Amino acid sequence: MSEAGLTNAPSEGTAPRQTRAEAQSYLSDGNSLRSWLLTTDHKRIAILYLISITAFFAVAATAAALMRLELLTPNGDVLTAEGYNRAFTLHGVIMVWFFLIPSIPNVFGNFLIPLMIGARDLAFPRLNLASWYIFMAGGLFTLSALIFGGVDTGWTFYTPLSSHYANGNVVLALAAVFIAGWSSILTGINFIVTIHKLRAPGMTWGRLPLFVWTHYATALILVLATPVLAVTLLLVMAERVFGLGIFDPALGGDPLLFEHLFWFYSHPAVYIMVLPAMGVVSELVTAAAHKKLFGYWFVAYSSLAIATIGFLVWGHHMFVSGESMYASTIFSFLSLIVAVPSAIKVYNWTATLYKGSIALNAAFLFAMGFIGLFVMGGLTGLMLALLAIDVHVHDTYFVVAHFHYIMVGGAVTAFLGAVHFWWPKMFGRMYNEVWGRISAAFIFIGFNLTFFPQFLLGYMGMPRRYHVYPPEFQTLNVLSSAGASLLGIGYVLPLIYLFYSLRNGETAGDNPWHVTGLEWTVPSPPPTHNFEEAPVVVNGPYEYPLSHDSSIA
Amino acid sequence: MLNLREASEHAAHVDLLTGAFGLLVLVLAGSIFVLIFAFAIRYRRGKEVSREHAPNRNVWLEVSWSVIPFLLILAFFIVSAKMFFTIHEPPADAMPISVVAKQWMWKFQHAGGQSEINELHIPVGQPVRLTMTSQDVIHSLYIPALRLKQDVLPGRYTDMWFTADRPGSYHLFCAEFCGTDHAVMGGRFVAMEPGAYARWLAGQASGGSLATEGAMLYRQLGCGACHDSGASARAPALAGLYRSRVTLADGRHVVADDQYLHDAILDPNRQVTAGYDPIMPTYRGVIDEEAAMKLVAYIRILRTVPGEHR
Repeated sequence: MSEAGLTNAPSEGTAPRQTRAEAQSYLSDGNSLRSWLLTTDHKRIAILYLISITAFFAVAATAAALMRLELLTPNGDVLTAEGYNRAFTLHGVIMVWFFLIPSIPNVFGNFLIPLMIGARDLAFPRLNLASWYIFMAGGLFTLSALIFGGVDTGWTFYTPLSSHYANGNVVLALAAVFIAGWSSILTGINFIVTIHKLRAPGMTWGRLPLFVWTHYATALILVLATPVLAVTLLLVMAERVFGLGIFDPALGGDPLLFEHLFWFYSHPAVYIMVLPAMGVVSELVTAAAHKKLFGYWFVAYSSLAIATIGFLVWGHHMFVSGESMYASTIFSFLSLIVAVPSAIKVYNWTATLYKGSIALNAAFLFAMGFIGLFVMGGLTGLMLALLAIDVHVHDTYFVVAHFHYIMVGGAVTAFLGAVHFWWPKMFGRMYNEVWGRISAAFIFIGFNLTFFPQFLLGYMGMPRRYHVYPPEFQTLNVLSSAGASLLGIGYVLPLIYLFYSLRNGETAGDNPWHVTGLEWTVPSPPPTHNFEEAPVVVNGPYEYPLSHDSSIA
Repeated sequence: MLNLREASEHAAHVDLLTGAFGLLVLVLAGSIFVLIFAFAIRYRRGKEVSREHAPNRNVWLEVSWSVIPFLLILAFFIVSAKMFFTIHEPPADAMPISVVAKQWMWKFQHAGGQSEINELHIPVGQPVRLTMTSQDVIHSLYIPALRLKQDVLPGRYTDMWFTADRPGSYHLFCAEFCGTDHAVMGGRFVAMEPGAYARWLAGQASGGSLATEGAMLYRQLGCGACHDSGASARAPALAGLYRSRVTLADGRHVVADDQYLHDAILDPNRQVTAGYDPIMPTYRGVIDEEAAMKLVAYIRILRTVPGEHR
């Protein structure tokens, strides 16, 4: 295969130069659309996901931009009440299920897990492709719901609003999320089997990079929680279409049952977004510091602890719902406990920096951005777990700020960190480092300016999902909208310099960062079958200084 | 920019709790941020500095940074849980007000029968208990100045109680997304001096107390045909029923509280009293939640035979 790649390589004079590695890489293994759409190569499927989730992100970010524009003044100027409701529903549904949940696992998990454990592909390559098609089918359902006029239930689909009272294409949107859930389940199964069965000789559990550990924990949640959401959404559809009484009290149902089932999935879903981000940060911190991770086993097991305890805290979304006072107290306590393993990770990352040799590059800045924003999101999460405070700030902008710190400040920043760290591996080219740092700074500042004022708004009592509001909240809303425009710039910049690097960037070489990890022992971009011969692992992860030649470019 | 009005002692306590916890957040987050900055600068690549004997693990360090912050936070958990219990246990002498939410308005009914829409007037210094239900979707009554909110559910009664201590006019919001006009489903919460409240109350039109209106409904709907003690005993007597223990046909025992009475009117065959046939027709669709509340208010005051209250 490599010979064919070489002879097909264009010569220097007529086209941009192509390195030997590029000519032999997965990117050059067929150039037709068919070769991409029918590929079973985990790396190509990762690229398919990267393109599709970026498109979904753009759609959902546009909705957010409209919302921030509307909130510049206390009155309804840009959108009608219904238009605004549809905008935030769309924003939530697409960001949660079509960007955040698939973001790191399906792009970087797909691309890196086989490379990191020394495998040729995932355990079920065809299932992997099927999972992308199912995801895209769900996405098309969502977009059609949008084109036919939108949905205004909020991404939470609370009953009986969604099952009876709301207008719009509720069933289409429910079906979209239901379909996308299957993609999650299949990906989860694929990861679990791959990590159990396809590790290279010598790649023991104790030698797995933390990225793989967190994806293992994430896959467990995907497989165990997603079916509950699927069943719940089916029941809402059944109630809406056939009048089957499950959640609507007028039909003999119970609306709190929906909230319980929904959050039983949707709280662990937060960990589906955050655990992979934590895996990325563990890699980025050790790579930047050129140092072994402090407390490997604490960090590894804390992922499993988060995945387990994360299933037992859903009731903290329901402290004011009419849930029993005693149940609320237990959920409050468990929610404080689930913070412990997250805190352990943060402390261990910090300790890893001690006596490191820290490269202050773009990837590292994104990783530090993650830690800062995640810590703020996590500690305000503890505030929300405290019963008496939650009664006040539940369903206000305080909650909006909190979960954006976790999901956007945390997960999206880590996603961008991963993009900057593994971009040279995926495409074989270096981007402009200075622009990378500038965009990291824009995102950190823009993010805080957007969302910190929302903590204050929420504590002052501004409820979420309001398109008009009392005039005293305007100053903070204007600040927040101003921050959103900085944040927007921060998100657009990488699109430009990363695209530019594809043709014009310097070639990366196998290991541009001089870091450990099997993925850095293969050419950049990697060949279709990853490894020339099956690697044998003799070291734990993060053994610095690099001792084995194979890791050195 | 920051405008925090407190209308009750509880609100002041919540602010104190938040402020104290905010300090803890600053200490915990601040120490991490300072360390990260310090390490990133001191140990940046290329800088000549001793990196020998870098530790890779330390179990005692792990245990202490897990346990110590957790214990600190646990203290806050206990305080906040106590406050949470307090706001769920209304005193017996609380002034009752019933609340019905519907897309997109709030209706408040005072015990004397005075009703108001999107505004709630209450006297300061007096515990007030709201018994709330929704006519359609889930809403949530939110009064930021009290630091209180409670979801309002269809088919179920939820409670919220408070004692306001500072007269004034405050925001009142719907906090649970409830459809198109969610953002404008709100109004004013007006806490008044008791004298001013009494004058305000006297100036409001009233068709008689809630219980009186309930009695009228009782007559109109012909409930007495079965439930009056004079009638042949086809249905349980209602006098003295409120808050008593009822044995159901399936052997369960329940307390006849507001929720039970509400359900017994709208879904009578779900909880049939032992010894009676399930013959009562459902009133779901016949009467709305406001009417159900009036009937419940009527049954609540029936200590003796219904006839005496006509």
